[in-house]
Amino acid sequence: MTTLMSEEATERDLKMRKSSQKFWFAATWIFGAITFSILLLVIGYVIIQGGKAVNWEFLSTAPKGGLSGEGGVSTTLGTTLYLVLLTIGISTPLGVGAAIYLIEYAGEQSLTSPVLRALISIANFAVETLAGIPSIIYGLFGYALFVSALRFGWSLLSASLAGACLVLPTIIRTTEEALLAVPDDYRRGSLALGATKWQTLYKVVLPASLPGIITGVILSVGRVISETAVFFVTLGGSHRLPTSIMDGGRTLALHLYYLAMDTRAFDKAMGTGAVLVVMIILINLAIDFVSRKLTAGLKGR
Amino acid sequence: MSTRMIVDKAVKYILFISAILSIIIVLAIAFFIFQESVQAWKEIGVGEMLFKRVWRPGQDQYGILAMIYGSVAVTFGAIILGVPLALGTAIFLGEIAPTGVRAVLRPAVQLLAGIPSVVYGLFGMVVLVPMVRQINVPGNSGYGLLAASIVLAVMILPTITSIAEDAIRAVPDSYRSGSLALGATRWQTITKVVLPAGRSGIIAGIILGVGRALGETMAMIMVIGNSVIFPSPLTKNPLTFFLSQARTLTGNIAVEISYATGVHESALFATGVVLFVLIIVVNASARWLISRQSDVQTTRQG
Amino acid sequence: MNNIKIETINYNLYYGKFHALRDINIKIPEKKVTALIGPSGCGKSSFLRTFNRMNDLIPGASMTGDVLIDDQDLFKIDPVSLRQNVGMVFQKPNPFPKTIFDNIAYGPRVNGLKDHKKLEEIVENSLRSAALWDEVKDDLNKSGLALSGGQQQRLCIARALAVQPSVILMDEPAASLDPIATLKIEDLIHELSQNYTIVIVTHNMQQAGRVSDYTAFFYTDETRTGRLVEFDETKTIFTNPSDQRTEDYITGRFG
Repeated sequence: MTTLMSEEATERDLKMRKSSQKFWFAATWIFGAITFSILLLVIGYVIIQGGKAVNWEFLSTAPKGGLSGEGGVSTTLGTTLYLVLLTIGISTPLGVGAAIYLIEYAGEQSLTSPVLRALISIANFAVETLAGIPSIIYGLFGYALFVSALRFGWSLLSASLAGACLVLPTIIRTTEEALLAVPDDYRRGSLALGATKWQTLYKVVLPASLPGIITGVILSVGRVISETAVFFVTLGGSHRLPTSIMDGGRTLALHLYYLAMDTRAFDKAMGTGAVLVVMIILINLAIDFVSRKLTAGLKGR
Repeated sequence: MSTRMIVDKAVKYILFISAILSIIIVLAIAFFIFQESVQAWKEIGVGEMLFKRVWRPGQDQYGILAMIYGSVAVTFGAIILGVPLALGTAIFLGEIAPTGVRAVLRPAVQLLAGIPSVVYGLFGMVVLVPMVRQINVPGNSGYGLLAASIVLAVMILPTITSIAEDAIRAVPDSYRSGSLALGATRWQTITKVVLPAGRSGIIAGIILGVGRALGETMAMIMVIGNSVIFPSPLTKNPLTFFLSQARTLTGNIAVEISYATGVHESALFATGVVLFVLIIVVNASARWLISRQSDVQTTRQG
Repeated sequence: MNNIKIETINYNLYYGKFHALRDINIKIPEKKVTALIGPSGCGKSSFLRTFNRMNDLIPGASMTGDVLIDDQDLFKIDPVSLRQNVGMVFQKPNPFPKTIFDNIAYGPRVNGLKDHKKLEEIVENSLRSAALWDEVKDDLNKSGLALSGGQQQRLCIARALAVQPSVILMDEPAASLDPIATLKIEDLIHELSQNYTIVIVTHNMQQAGRVSDYTAFFYTDETRTGRLVEFDETKTIFTNPSDQRTEDYITGRFG
């Protein structure tokens, strides 16, 4: 048997391979560090610079409106809250329902009817498609259908309907994952005791997948809080607190946009940004907490 | 039939309706956006809209080529800046980072994905734009493709990183031990076995990043300058191209929709149609690649 | 006894606090087949992975004692160059998602060989030695994953041969194969032992009897720490073991 290469060549080659590995490993450490620093830089800058503008007065007084940029953010906090409640209220039952059907019922149905089977695979495809559509398209859609055609105008109603379409795929997907994680034995156990399918789902499967569903809902709350493009074209921009669902308004994120672009009140905009970033951090922590519950719950059984 | 049987049936139909709601929404989106754009395609003409560089609604000129170009240019810039960083981070997270470091960096990447786009836009306006403005070139306002590309690169970073990391982690460990047992170094194992095996998923991540970049709206409006011009170098130096202002397809829609009427409004919907089609094509190709990746994984045990 | 290829002296292996192997002393002869047998969890696979330092990759693994290969301290040899000399075949065939050619050429390539002529030569020789050449010579550009399980395993053996090692470790190489493919692998092992030192882990007593020249019996008591009970010529182990536990195991009284 001949050797591959001379001993010196092998020796030299090994040294080179080792140093190349050292170099590239160091490089990926640097890449990781850059990514982390970007996060620190953006969050740190916004919270430190923006934090200067934030105090109780900022949070509790209404913006003055017009081009002054004066005042606080209280009404925009209120509008954000309304919009979150409405959007989540509309999208959660629909999204959870869709996910339950697609995971729990689709299998049995598809055995009997080719039409249903086709519909189900189209529905799965539609969810994927919805997840990829950019938010400005949802905005355009909401503008064309809710604002103009249905004459809801720039209002909480238009915005929350468009927003519900936007977060629907998120809720469907996370719920689907949560349902898939529930062991089949639970279902069989309940069905074997004479429960109907819906009783089984309602009493056994849904409670077991609740943390996963909640994760989806919290994710969607975050999405609504940070979304701008959809609401920019469906919610109007009034700085007043809406008094009915037919009133327009502006969310925190929209307020930030108006402050930065229209009034150039960068310090107030940064303050608003700081409030937003803190909210997003809290939401991420909440998701982390709930999903840890989820894994612990499934392991514990 | 007992009540609970009736409930069981009724629930099934209600759930079925919510399941096909997604189909209805997709169709409704496509229908409304297309329907509203028909007037523009008819009155202005498809060729006129897609290939004319001038967008001047006041004078009934509705060419969106400059915006298509702007969207493509800023996406290209973001990919150039963002992809190496994202892939480097994904390799680091998937193959190299010690558990403790990974436990910190992964949530950090997730958090990066959650930051609102207006916050990125504001950060760009307040921090990046003044820095870019320091580059001493006549006509450089600081707002433009460079600042926008940097902001966009950061925004697509988490998308690409997490999908690429998933693809890397999905590569079976037996490939790694097989390679190491043949005398490959860990780095050789990564570049010659792990990355090629995860290639489809990694490319899908990049394509989804492209989709995300094309669709980004508010942050782009805030830093790209929004001038309706065909981006071009400011001086003879071709690199000054990136200091040029631009407008994206998304920005065009968002900035003008609230006051547009008639053909102008319809032309904005036509802009939306172009964007919609672009994104569908991009995302479909990513999905195709991902399905190919899972094929590779499942045929492993031949 | 023949020349000694690998020798361990009071070798101990720990995974964190878990004591996996205690005081192993063994002399593995050159160009012979040595089988490591014993009940599941007795540490025989961990012991095998010592010889190409794959245990190094497991977090928390640590070892004491000496392991010598060609009278050199194995732990002083760089793991990367050690693995060129000590090849390994795994329990499940694990060809890379590459062509048959690229699978075989992988080892020589990562070890710095670029000359295509020489690579072709190595690919052919390795496939011939692994008794696979006739089956695949026209399909070298087909994916290695397209082969049958038995062919995949022979491909992995050819891949290991291509870096021209002197030792080949086999971790239950036929465990996932059907009886005919298993026989082919066993013939191949026999063939290869003329040129290579082979150490094979197997659960299959008949297989150990058929293919090996020497057999080491590992056993673990309730502490789950593996020990070497007996090491001798396979003939002796199977017909006249000196330890009662070996006899019990071989005759199928436990395990």
